[in-house]
Amino acid sequence: MMRETFVATTTALLAEDPRTALVLADISADAFEPARRRHPDRVLNVGIREQLMTGVAGGLALTGLRPYVHSYAPFAVDRAYEQLKLDLGHQDAGAVIVTIGGSYDASAEGYTHQSPGDVALLDTLEGWTVHVPGHADEAAEMLRAAARHDDRVYVRLSATQNAKACPGTDLKVIRRGTSGAVVLAVGPMLDPVLAATWGLDVTVAYTNTPRPLDTAGLLALHPTEVIVAEPYLAGTSSRVIAAALAHVPHRSLHLGVSRTEHRGYGTPADHAAHHGLDAMGLRRSIEEFL
Amino acid sequence: MARITADRKHAPSAYSTLDVLQVLYDRVLRISPETVDAPDRDRFLLSKGHGPAAYYAVLAAKGYFPAEWLDDIGGRGSPLGHHPDRVLVPGVEVGTGSLGHGLGLATGVALGLRAQGYVGTRTFVLLGDAELDEGSNHEAIAYLAAVGLPVTAIVIDNQSATHGWPGGIAVRFPGWQVSHVDGRDHDDIAAALRERPDRPHVVIARVEPKGQ
Repeated sequence: MMRETFVATTTALLAEDPRTALVLADISADAFEPARRRHPDRVLNVGIREQLMTGVAGGLALTGLRPYVHSYAPFAVDRAYEQLKLDLGHQDAGAVIVTIGGSYDASAEGYTHQSPGDVALLDTLEGWTVHVPGHADEAAEMLRAAARHDDRVYVRLSATQNAKACPGTDLKVIRRGTSGAVVLAVGPMLDPVLAATWGLDVTVAYTNTPRPLDTAGLLALHPTEVIVAEPYLAGTSSRVIAAALAHVPHRSLHLGVSRTEHRGYGTPADHAAHHGLDAMGLRRSIEEFL
Repeated sequence: MARITADRKHAPSAYSTLDVLQVLYDRVLRISPETVDAPDRDRFLLSKGHGPAAYYAVLAAKGYFPAEWLDDIGGRGSPLGHHPDRVLVPGVEVGTGSLGHGLGLATGVALGLRAQGYVGTRTFVLLGDAELDEGSNHEAIAYLAAVGLPVTAIVIDNQSATHGWPGGIAVRFPGWQVSHVDGRDHDDIAAALRERPDRPHVVIARVEPKGQ
């Protein structure tokens, strides 16, 4: 669903704004074929060459265009990390990197097609806004907003989404409790978190934009316990949370995808259960912590 | 060049590029300190960011920045490092140092210029023969040939690649127009760089082998 939204929104942006460009490395090339036929100079498929994909994006940005770059997360981020660091960041150039696959959407493809570490890798670099939309409508809004500036933006699309969209990118309270415990759900983790915390006296907060994290919004909740549920490497946001709450006595728990490779296939739901990120697993971890 | 003493580590690579850079800035590139931000200026990307002393010397001689800057390459507070940074140095199009990034960036620059209708603007990129060891170059070499984009790549060949390039450098550029020049002969270099084929063009500039 998010992938279709990405194709439709980016195809529209290419038609509306002559600054927009799209660089592909074969992934989703068929879906963008109508756009490529209309804008052959701005829809560029470099073949299975991910280093070149991001290098080209850096060059396009240096001439004033606004490049969107797209592939599976492991190829766009893990494989071409130095291109993100040097061909964009070091050049003081921007791009919009839009990925699919994420942590285990490609569950049956195996670890080669998975990138639980993408957000952690981007956290080593300067100036990246990281969006993890929880709904296709949120993704459309983010992709459109990214066309209006030249910064570095990462949009991590997911195959699963929440029942309802939450517009905006600030931290939102979804359910308010009376204890000081706050469960912060990132992107598509919201629905599993809502199910997991049913009947517990906790506040459930939501963000689709973990970088920069809306730390003011978190502090305003006066948390004494913070539980982060993020759909990528567990602990990715621990640094940001620790800095935000440096002067506030608190305990914290960081839930996410394990660093240990899961050598199994099945569905994304199977992987979520394996990592304790389904409603049952989350409930177990949260109750144990509280 | 005589002012530049700090960058001893990269001395052979610094001097290997000097004549090509002089020809580019004297006789080929449509760019000046006044047009350094003009959208239709010619682009020169130094991919081989190692040993930028000759590059800095030429830019200073052309007035992109004060010649006094050359006295403190690599110093604290100096805009000139042992690898060039486009954010710090006027006239530098890309920050390089890690090898194998310039050709991909140049591909994007040429595509961006074409998409905006700057058809008269040329894109040049300079690499070293040892730099071709990096696989990322070969992604760009194959793609540029496939789409027939007229980028001009200059390979300075001072035979510095550890395992060499048996069969020569030219055969690594299938589908490209190839010119061989004497990397110390200004007329030879200028004639090759002024050619404007409608496909990518590699100019292989042979200089004395590294270490001799």
